[in-house]
Amino acid sequence: MEPVPIRVTVNGQSYRAEVEPRMLLVHFLRDVLNLTGTHIGCDTTSCGACTVLWNGQPVKSCTIFAVQADGDELLTVEGLERDGQLHPVQEGFWEEHGLQCGFCTPGMMMTAVALLAENPDPTEEEIRKAIAGNLCRCTGYVNIVRAIQYAARKMRESVPAAAGA
Amino acid sequence: MIPGRFAYRRAGSIEEAIAILEQHGADAKLLSGGQSLIPLMKFRLVEPAVLVDINRISGLDRLEEQNGQLVIGSLVRESVLERSPLIRQRYPILADTAEVIADPLVRNLATVGGNLAHGDPANDHPATMLALRAEVVARGPQGERVIPIDDFFIDTFATALGPDELLTEVRIPAPPPRSGGAYLKFERKVGDYAVAAAAVFLVLDSEGKIARAGIGLTNVHYKPLRAEAAEKVLLGQHPSDDVFRTAAELAAQASDPTSDLRGPAEYKRAVARTMTFRALRRAWNRALAA
Repeated sequence: MEPVPIRVTVNGQSYRAEVEPRMLLVHFLRDVLNLTGTHIGCDTTSCGACTVLWNGQPVKSCTIFAVQADGDELLTVEGLERDGQLHPVQEGFWEEHGLQCGFCTPGMMMTAVALLAENPDPTEEEIRKAIAGNLCRCTGYVNIVRAIQYAARKMRESVPAAAGA
Repeated sequence: MIPGRFAYRRAGSIEEAIAILEQHGADAKLLSGGQSLIPLMKFRLVEPAVLVDINRISGLDRLEEQNGQLVIGSLVRESVLERSPLIRQRYPILADTAEVIADPLVRNLATVGGNLAHGDPANDHPATMLALRAEVVARGPQGERVIPIDDFFIDTFATALGPDELLTEVRIPAPPPRSGGAYLKFERKVGDYAVAAAAVFLVLDSEGKIARAGIGLTNVHYKPLRAEAAEKVLLGQHPSDDVFRTAAELAAQASDPTSDLRGPAEYKRAVARTMTFRALRRAWNRALAA
């Protein structure tokens, strides 16, 4: 099949590429753009390790064709850090020990980023519901929930300061 | 896993999508949310020669009440349905259903139209649409036709949609006074298909007796099942646990599940009975509050 030209913005940077229609978004990110922070876990739409934000929405990049994202914006874990500063969600996972093996962490953090953008002050139940599509086999989720709560607090504290500046 | 090769066509309009389907027939598949189709393609259980992406067609994401009906465009995402104030207030049975489909990441892409058009008896919307007596609107080269939900599900993974037809919207009668619905699903874990699930919609008359009943069941038959005997036994009755138990028993008897990793058939039939009973109670409570 003919490769299809696509243009996507990933982590604020614009890319043009020619992709085979059957190329999955996760393979495009990892193998073409070399953004290997997005992991491939189950490869069957179950685990959420490959979660990225597509136009701001968390989705499983193993279950989207790259060609579908033509013209769109994507955010991967590599796009969270700014000027050497960890994103509050990354900081939360660091401070609250929100990981053990770390394999689910990039996807888990992307879901958390999307949740906090929509709901800056989620309850524990809302956090647990939001991450229901991201499986972690190490932690038992307790510290992941704490990490997201840490990030929520940190982001809420920083917003008024930024608004007043 | 890498799917087989295919040609990708992005349709800009319903007409364009239908024209592509007409040209390629059964070799083409429509891509909406893709959350069932793409996994099947990765397993190479489905290998379409042409994939017609309908996600950019404008207007297919309508979600509004119009002329006494709720209109759900086929591209309405489950996450949108789940959060819609209109749905949560007026059609809680649909919110019940949307929020137990797969997981939140899948629901950001998965569509109502896809959930129906896939024809999977394990999917959740079919039972709810059967209980609500929905209509499915299809567009094809000959124009538009309206398919009553009772005629829509033909077989496992087979619907009344022709190979050159596109499901454009679902229409649901607006809830009359003293009506309520509920969907209850028993699943082993988040993201799994139902062991069994029941959708119930009840309308009460002015004396509180059951004037209309709709009951649909998920994953207990070769296709989405409407439990007609259970519906009939409810008509004209004053709601009570005894009446609901009788109806739930009839729903269980109508079930014909297969034994698999989710449990033996007898167990699933028992779960169908319990889910039906509980959904009847919840639907009744909602009808009283309506």
